[in-house]
Amino acid sequence: MKRFLSQLGWPIGVFVVVMVAWHLATKVFEIPAYILPDPLRVLGAGLEKRANLFSAVRISAAEAGLGFVASVVGGVLVAFVLAQSVVIRRCMFPYTILLQTVPILAVAPLILMWFGSGLRSIILIVFIICLFPIIANTTQGLISVDRNLLDLFRMGNASRAQTLSKLRFPHAIPNFFVGLRISSGLSVIGAFTGEMFASSSAVGEGGLGYSIIYANSQLQTDYLFALVIACAALGSCFFFTVVFFEWLFLHHWHASAMRPDPE
Amino acid sequence: MTAPLPTLAAIEVPGPGTRPFVSVTGLTKRFSNGVTVLDDVSLDLARGDFVSLIGPSGCGKSTLLKLVSGLSPASGGGITVDGMTPENARELMSFIFQDATLLPWRTVIGNIVLGLELEGGTTRSQRRAKAVELLGLVGLSDVADHYPRQLSGGMKMRVSIARALATRPKLLLMDEPFGALDEMTRDHLNEELLRLREEQKWTALFVTHSVAEAVFLSTRVVVLQAGPGRIRRDIAIPFPFPRLPDLRSDPAYLDLVGQVSQALRDICIGPKGGET
Repeated sequence: MKRFLSQLGWPIGVFVVVMVAWHLATKVFEIPAYILPDPLRVLGAGLEKRANLFSAVRISAAEAGLGFVASVVGGVLVAFVLAQSVVIRRCMFPYTILLQTVPILAVAPLILMWFGSGLRSIILIVFIICLFPIIANTTQGLISVDRNLLDLFRMGNASRAQTLSKLRFPHAIPNFFVGLRISSGLSVIGAFTGEMFASSSAVGEGGLGYSIIYANSQLQTDYLFALVIACAALGSCFFFTVVFFEWLFLHHWHASAMRPDPE
Repeated sequence: MTAPLPTLAAIEVPGPGTRPFVSVTGLTKRFSNGVTVLDDVSLDLARGDFVSLIGPSGCGKSTLLKLVSGLSPASGGGITVDGMTPENARELMSFIFQDATLLPWRTVIGNIVLGLELEGGTTRSQRRAKAVELLGLVGLSDVADHYPRQLSGGMKMRVSIARALATRPKLLLMDEPFGALDEMTRDHLNEELLRLREEQKWTALFVTHSVAEAVFLSTRVVVLQAGPGRIRRDIAIPFPFPRLPDLRSDPAYLDLVGQVSQALRDICIGPKGGET
């Protein structure tokens, strides 16, 4: 716990310094509030509209979370299939790269046209954005098993299922978590992007993306800042949740999750 | 199970006294790039033999081990292990690799039970009991629940040996298992390996670069030449078992080490001259 606090101390210090500098800058250079509001004004706007803010966060979190979970399930299934043979990988992997290379902004209007506006389309956009890092990393982990370990399993007359469950899958967990880390951040971006196209404008149904567009159009720059900060906080929550599970699964054995040796 | 017909047995299966446990005849291995690694290699191992393969890099000694284990197919010639093809004889064999090849996500115990787990037919507690027994044999009872990353190189290799012995193999195939260890650890593990052999009576085919290790452990040392791999010398090591550490300073032992070293030099600076 002491160690945790001492690690947290430095980033918090940096935060305080930046906030004070920001506050002073707005005062000294007399920057208009609609261009760069004082941090205290941002805090005030956030508190004043906290009901809207929380509802926006809740909606975005649900969209990002559902899309993320769907992409984890889908991505792992696709990775399992890809890991089965070189032929399957040669045939299919170029198409999974399309998920990454076709800009989601170009596809979003199509999705909106096919599935209508609302939650369904947004979750689908999150799903598409999150899918590739999970597929690519999990597949890599499943196929990059040491030759000698595979020989060891062959010597033990291991079945294909045994090799998968006792060797390939545990071996892929660190790579799987690399994919999760990347996708956890992307999921919030995905929800945000989806809302820009497909959000419902009904009261209490717009998420962070929709609220930011609205705040911008109303020149509520202080509230807009509060929303951006909420966005970042949501992304961080997702990221650190993943990091926690990574630690939980890997800290016994994997170098990435272990404490560095004392110097 | 019914016994085979007497006539068939008489024709096809020679008596256990005459049939070699492992038989390699006219074995040839060519890689797909056209390189011949092993050319017409014949080698018999009797039950209880401890045969070391030694030779310059590229003489195919590791390849020979892979072929006997059935992990890699032969291009020509034949191998039988206890009268079976290598693939069918896998249950009789264990392979010990140059690095310990432990599963990093399993504890020491978890690694040792792996072979039994793949085999099936045992309960979790039976496997654990077996692993605990083996840990005692290799002197690692204190670290049963440690993870491999917490162990030294020598300890990891002991775990690897315990894992190989857990399935009660009749034939141990070892590919330079002590190559990465310091000399003191290596000597110590050599002695332990012989002690385990006394208790468990397996046959061993052992690849090494160390002449001293080969002579200390083996009943026979087989010297191979490179390009293509062929057997050049088959030297019997007559010292009785159990062999104790002070054998290492015995003049007769040192003399044999000298002979094997000379045989290796003859290959490397052979009639052709120069290094191969």
